[in-house]
Amino acid sequence: MLNGKAALVTGASRGIGKAIALELAKQGANVVVNYAGSKDKAEAVVDEIKQLGQEAVAVQANVSSADEVKALIKETIDQFGSVDILVNNAGITRDNLLMRMKEEEFDDVIETNLKGVYNCIKGVTRQMMKQRAGKIINVASIVGVTGNPGQTNYVAAKAGVIGMTKSVAKELATRHINVNAVAPGFIATDMTDELSDEAKQQMYDLIPLGRLGDPEDVAKVVRFLASSDADYLTGQTLHVDGGMVM
Amino acid sequence: MADVFDRVKNIIVERLDVDESKVTEAASFKDDLEADSLDVVELVMELEDEFDMEISDEEAEKINTVGDAVNYINSTQ
Ligand SMILES: NC(=O)c1ccc[n+]([C@@H]2O[C@H](COP(=O)([O-])OP(=O)(O)OC[C@H]3O[C@@H](n4cnc5c(N)ncnc54)[C@H](OP(=O)(O)O)[C@@H]3O)[C@@H](O)[C@H]2O)c1
Repeated sequence: MLNGKAALVTGASRGIGKAIALELAKQGANVVVNYAGSKDKAEAVVDEIKQLGQEAVAVQANVSSADEVKALIKETIDQFGSVDILVNNAGITRDNLLMRMKEEEFDDVIETNLKGVYNCIKGVTRQMMKQRAGKIINVASIVGVTGNPGQTNYVAAKAGVIGMTKSVAKELATRHINVNAVAPGFIATDMTDELSDEAKQQMYDLIPLGRLGDPEDVAKVVRFLASSDADYLTGQTLHVDGGMVM
Repeated sequence: MADVFDRVKNIIVERLDVDESKVTEAASFKDDLEADSLDVVELVMELEDEFDMEISDEEAEKINTVGDAVNYINSTQ
């Protein structure tokens, strides 16, 4: 399905990003596994991909730094000769009530979750325009659609990503670059592990399909968006949330 | 090696699919050569590759005509 395609997945050392990296590799893609600090975990993902018979390399880069992203993309092209698929998955949370939220908490989340996506998209566009082909998939969040108390910073960033997805989709459509987003609901990862039991139960009650999502649930939808089966989709945000938001 | 103008012209003819005779120094990319803004961005990218140079966003924004591109390239060679 994705034989020989070069994929760059940001934040692929853990959680949803890891599942996406493995899923793309299962379909035949070679993958750059980006990470911020978890070198060992990223190397473990690389080993797993190699066992699947695909090429992979772990590359450290903080997506909020334009210079580090430039180096990351150069490394991807040097390794695999192209960038066919970019998955903007890296993300953080710094939850707090608005009244308590420190400027730093706001800025950190915007820098990583919103500016990071801008940096990476900008970085791959030149190559994808030349190729006259490319798939960009942004991992937003369902709260970017609904809002969520305690996550003003995160929601602002994720709603921003959904808007950016639409703008860039329109700008690059004539060059056959598809830009879409997925909006996961409540997925079992380190990020959601931090939530209180009370918050978890509240979320749980809102899921019509009656279970938390697995990282693989998101990864499979990303794999679809990365494939030629989704050639006629652009600018969309697919909710992968067990029916939470319809 | 062909001079700068000819090399620029070849790229424009190929990229924008326009008649050679239309590509004069005075020709504006958008008004005379029917390029949209994304086409101009791509042209600048190709010029960077052809002449092995980097054109900053600020400089690129000043390139409106074929002559602007040729003069800029000449000024850096
Ligand atoms: N879990 C959910 O329920 C849920 C729901 C909706 C949306 N999402 C979104 O899904 C994405 C992945 O979430 P997750 O739950 O898998 O998170 P996670 O388990 O906390 O993993 C986050 C990943 O992002 C990387 N990362 C963090 N900051 C980075 C930076 N500045 N530069 C590069 N990489 C960075 C981390 O690398 P290190 O390991 O090196 O730190 C890690 O690989 C995020 O965008 C998140 O907002 C998650």
